[in-house]
Amino acid sequence: MKLSLGPLLYYWSREDILAFYEAAAGWPVDSVYLGETVCSRRHTLRLPDWFDLADRLAAAGKEVVLSSQALIESESDLKALRKIARNEKYLVEANDFGAVRLLAEQGVPFVAGPTLNAYNPDTLALLRDLGAVRWVPPVEMPAKMLQAMPVPEGMETEFFAYGRLPLAFSARCFTARHYNLQKDDCQFKCLDHPDGLTLRTREGEAFLTMNGIQTQSARVYSLAHRLDELAEAGVGRLRLSPQSQRMAQVVTVFRELIEGRLPPAEAPARLARLMPGEPCDGYWLGQAGLDYQPERAAFGRSGVPAANVRGQEAAPTPR
Amino acid sequence: MPSEPLLELICPAGSLPALKAAVDHGADGVYLGFKDNTNARNFSGLNFDEAAIRQGVEYAHAKGRKVLLALNTYPQPGEVARWQRAVDRAADICMDAVILADPGLMAYAARTHPDLRLHLSVQGSATSYEAIEFYRERFGIQRAVLPRVLSLAQVEAVAANTEVELELFGFGGLCVMVEGRCLLSSYATGDSPNTCGVCSPAHAVRWQQTPKGMETRLNGVLIDRYADDEKAGYPTLCKGRFEVQGETYYALEEPTSLNTLEMLPEMARLGIAAIKIEGRQRSPAYVAQVTQVWRAAIDAVKRAPESFAVAPAWHGQLDKVSEGSMHTLGAYYRPWK
Repeated sequence: MKLSLGPLLYYWSREDILAFYEAAAGWPVDSVYLGETVCSRRHTLRLPDWFDLADRLAAAGKEVVLSSQALIESESDLKALRKIARNEKYLVEANDFGAVRLLAEQGVPFVAGPTLNAYNPDTLALLRDLGAVRWVPPVEMPAKMLQAMPVPEGMETEFFAYGRLPLAFSARCFTARHYNLQKDDCQFKCLDHPDGLTLRTREGEAFLTMNGIQTQSARVYSLAHRLDELAEAGVGRLRLSPQSQRMAQVVTVFRELIEGRLPPAEAPARLARLMPGEPCDGYWLGQAGLDYQPERAAFGRSGVPAANVRGQEAAPTPR
Repeated sequence: MPSEPLLELICPAGSLPALKAAVDHGADGVYLGFKDNTNARNFSGLNFDEAAIRQGVEYAHAKGRKVLLALNTYPQPGEVARWQRAVDRAADICMDAVILADPGLMAYAARTHPDLRLHLSVQGSATSYEAIEFYRERFGIQRAVLPRVLSLAQVEAVAANTEVELELFGFGGLCVMVEGRCLLSSYATGDSPNTCGVCSPAHAVRWQQTPKGMETRLNGVLIDRYADDEKAGYPTLCKGRFEVQGETYYALEEPTSLNTLEMLPEMARLGIAAIKIEGRQRSPAYVAQVTQVWRAAIDAVKRAPESFAVAPAWHGQLDKVSEGSMHTLGAYYRPWK
């Protein structure tokens, strides 16, 4: 099992971003995903800065992947996308089918990101044919659905295994809206919220996190105690999503788990002290994403009936 | 060669009576779905079985109108065949187009039924011409429904760079998030639009009168609480009141409807092929009322785009049926963002 550091989803100062990745160069992760995936107004690092950072991390022995923006709106977004897609050094994570088009045109291998919505074998095979060598399933994908996916030869599955879940993208900037600012004049308020801005219900439950145009969970998705299940479902690489504090310790926990130096049962307690919110693992169990049932097995050995994809019809029972 | 379509009026039909209401009141096309999770309005009591669809198609075609089938959720492993059979049935029933979001399903449709017209659903999240051209080159899509996130200037840039027809949302419920990229509903309830075809599903809703007021919950999560003089609304997740840094407000979006009547001349100028009315979950009376107003407006803008003005009566008629009686131009109007 390999480890990757997912793209930074928040907006930090230039110094903080550079310091974070300087430290990350020494962390026991195999891959580092770089670039701005959320908002084109964020610019403490420009594209050439990200390329420099890529060179430094590659020199430190990391596999570097450049992540593309998930929501493409303007011609300038497309210009940046083309520069990333046509870079000749690094693998690119496509987070939009415009990016897939540009990468397939050049015939270069790429990573199919979580917002491409690959929910079935046909779409996955299509992505493989277009050049995808790795895919990241939608973050809501349950263990059973993942296990039922026949992954094409030569394609690796990377799974979002730690961090606040990126749940939605909007044209509207919720952080700017909170400060009664327009998006075009947001005064870069995201800089004041290095782990996003917590949205609570009217009875005080931390529910969501506003991160500019992105909405995340308030809870922190963690599958650290489920490494065996992830492996059983065919996952080859775990994505850890950056947070502003104690990320090095989070990486260490996962590394120790992979190397068998930390018993899985001890992982939740270790991580609880490192997380910026309460934990959750419901998506993996095919339940509401915010649920947390660390004791429950994803593959039904507990005898609990699977509440997999709940629709009008009986839930499918994947192989 | 028929001329390129301009401002076709595409109306929702959650039932045969709604379909007839749309056709009778001037829709150029209606869109509908089967009774299952192959479409993004998978609500109980809604949608069409095979017999109803055949009747609907017959009714619409007799009057020269089109019927479009929404198959716009994402097929899941072990079940892909069910979505494929739905495509086959659409071809068999002589649907005028299928509205798809999943690339794998599009590949199947293009391969198996090369004459079946394909539209890219809003659930496909294509917001740029590069993305739209991907679907055109690979699967021959002829129309794309754009997510409700672009400003009109951005729509213009898309229109200038693709020959694919564009369809824009004109009226109805407003998704503040990019469609197809929103998992808020499954985070709270387990069911998402992508896989189950529902958002904030009714089975997860609880209304509860408490000493603090009427509370609406989704799977236990408090979405809003209403004072006695406030009208309680359906707990659509993104339209609740939440607390952020001590301030309680509609943190994501107010319970408003989209209404773009006043933008019709601009949409005509951009050559927008079709205007979509949201609301397959709404009643035949709603469909009739909204279709009638939009028919009149589109006819007026086609007759004389320069002198087009929104008739005050139109707003009155639409207000009567719309959600929360508040309207917004949404993202088409940039300052909204």
